Amino acid sequence: MLIKKGNEIPSSEITDESVWRNRREFFKQLSTVAGAAAIGSILPACVSAEPSPKPAPAAPPVLLGKYDTDEPKTPEKDVTSYNNYYEFGTAKDDPSRNAGKFKTTPWTVQVDGVKKPGKLNLADLLRGSTVEDRVYRMRCVEAWSMVIPWHGYPLADIIKRLEPNSNARYVEFRSIYAPDQMNGQRDPFIGLKWPYIEGLRMDEALNPLTFFAVGVYGHLGPNQNGAPLRLVTPWKYGFKGIKAITAIRFVEQPPRNTWQDQAPNEYGFYANVNPTVDHPRWSQASEQRIGSSASLLGTLLSGSNPRQKTLMFNGYSDQVASMYAGMDLKRNF
Amino acid sequence: MPAPIRILKPVAFLLCLVPFGMLIWAIVYHPESFGANPFELITDRTGDWTLRFVLFTLAITPLRVLTGWNAVIRFRRMIGLFAFFYGFIHFLTYVWFTKYFNLSEITKDVVKRPFITVGFAAFVLMIPLAVTSTKKWIARLGGKRWQKLHMAIYITGILGVIHYFWRVKSDITEPLIYAALLSTLFAFRIWNKFHTPAVVR
Repeated sequence: MLIKKGNEIPSSEITDESVWRNRREFFKQLSTVAGAAAIGSILPACVSAEPSPKPAPAAPPVLLGKYDTDEPKTPEKDVTSYNNYYEFGTAKDDPSRNAGKFKTTPWTVQVDGVKKPGKLNLADLLRGSTVEDRVYRMRCVEAWSMVIPWHGYPLADIIKRLEPNSNARYVEFRSIYAPDQMNGQRDPFIGLKWPYIEGLRMDEALNPLTFFAVGVYGHLGPNQNGAPLRLVTPWKYGFKGIKAITAIRFVEQPPRNTWQDQAPNEYGFYANVNPTVDHPRWSQASEQRIGSSASLLGTLLSGSNPRQKTLMFNGYSDQVASMYAGMDLKRNF
Repeated sequence: MPAPIRILKPVAFLLCLVPFGMLIWAIVYHPESFGANPFELITDRTGDWTLRFVLFTLAITPLRVLTGWNAVIRFRRMIGLFAFFYGFIHFLTYVWFTKYFNLSEITKDVVKRPFITVGFAAFVLMIPLAVTSTKKWIARLGGKRWQKLHMAIYITGILGVIHYFWRVKSDITEPLIYAALLSTLFAFRIWNKFHTPAVVR
């Protein structure tokens, strides 16, 4: 199993391997300098006391949060430049090129179906929660995947503070509609209806994995990843992760999400990652991990398989499978 | 063979190889230029070039009629074979990068998924055309029958464009451009048939 439990240290507090290696390099160089300098007895002895370079030791034990995967993280430049965010265009690099000037402050979220409905400032919505970093797998319905350190807040805490009406069975999320700022919303060739809508069943929304991200890699933003507020449900296909959320509504009926509305035979409400239920146009049995350009030539020369197998619920069965017990997942895709 | 053609043919051959050469060059020297999903990009690019070469092949006759440069027909076989070459590379990227030579999965895909079915059919249809592209085969089949067989390139063009429409999720801009180009080439042929039946087919 890839999820390790019983360790509460957020990944933001873990020294990134590259930082750690840089540090070693730094000390290595320093000791060389010190060694040279020591001849002139300029530097104190304690500096040159750093042990002389030894063969690179094994990586230090990586401390993982309760829900973190220990798989290598997708490089930040790939996480922030390979995006599906049709509001800013349909090419993968369109969002990173077009979302830069998108205004995320001030930001309000309209909340309905709760004890006190109304418009909340983003800060007020999040107040009372502690920021966390979660390293989750992300599996796109297009059969590619990433490992992303999200920066944000568990949704369950936020929902509890909002005190939803007792008859609420579902949560509906709406993205911003801002055609003046979002070129994709002005493009007649993109056949989606705006604003983008997504939804979760109440138990899904309250699942401890469900996350409201405000950024990646330990910082806020960037816009192309859904700033200032996006949904993260790692056991579902990426399109469930609605971005730039401006409205949250607790309702009785399942919301009609945008992609289901666009192509109901291809995209459902649940969109749980499932290698045994194929997309009508392609198989979901395997996936392409993003960030593989470094190994491109190697893969081609060795004739190896660039793909990996897709896991049921994207590897999060332990946390989520019970929510779907007895359900026909072929029909409820 | 007239002298200009003798010189132009190798030039055209090299030009047709440029997209492939650039792909290999980029793979070896600039793998980072393929971005975050290089395997998908290579698959998409080889698909683009296949469709482009099919259109180039179909554009030869209109070019000949419009310019009166009859010798241009001598390039058609080469360009058509390059369409097949790029189609083969594109097919290989699918078989390798997305299916990893899993024959049962490929068969399932071809049978079950219209997106794959039409792409596969478009490619398979080019095989007999590539095989019968020699002078020997033209003689063996006879001009009329050979012509008829090679009409299959039209079907490859149509299937290729449908394949592209089904490739995209919702933005149909680029497939529309290819559909428009293909329609123009078809429209020209129909127009040509009724207006100048004696010149060329």
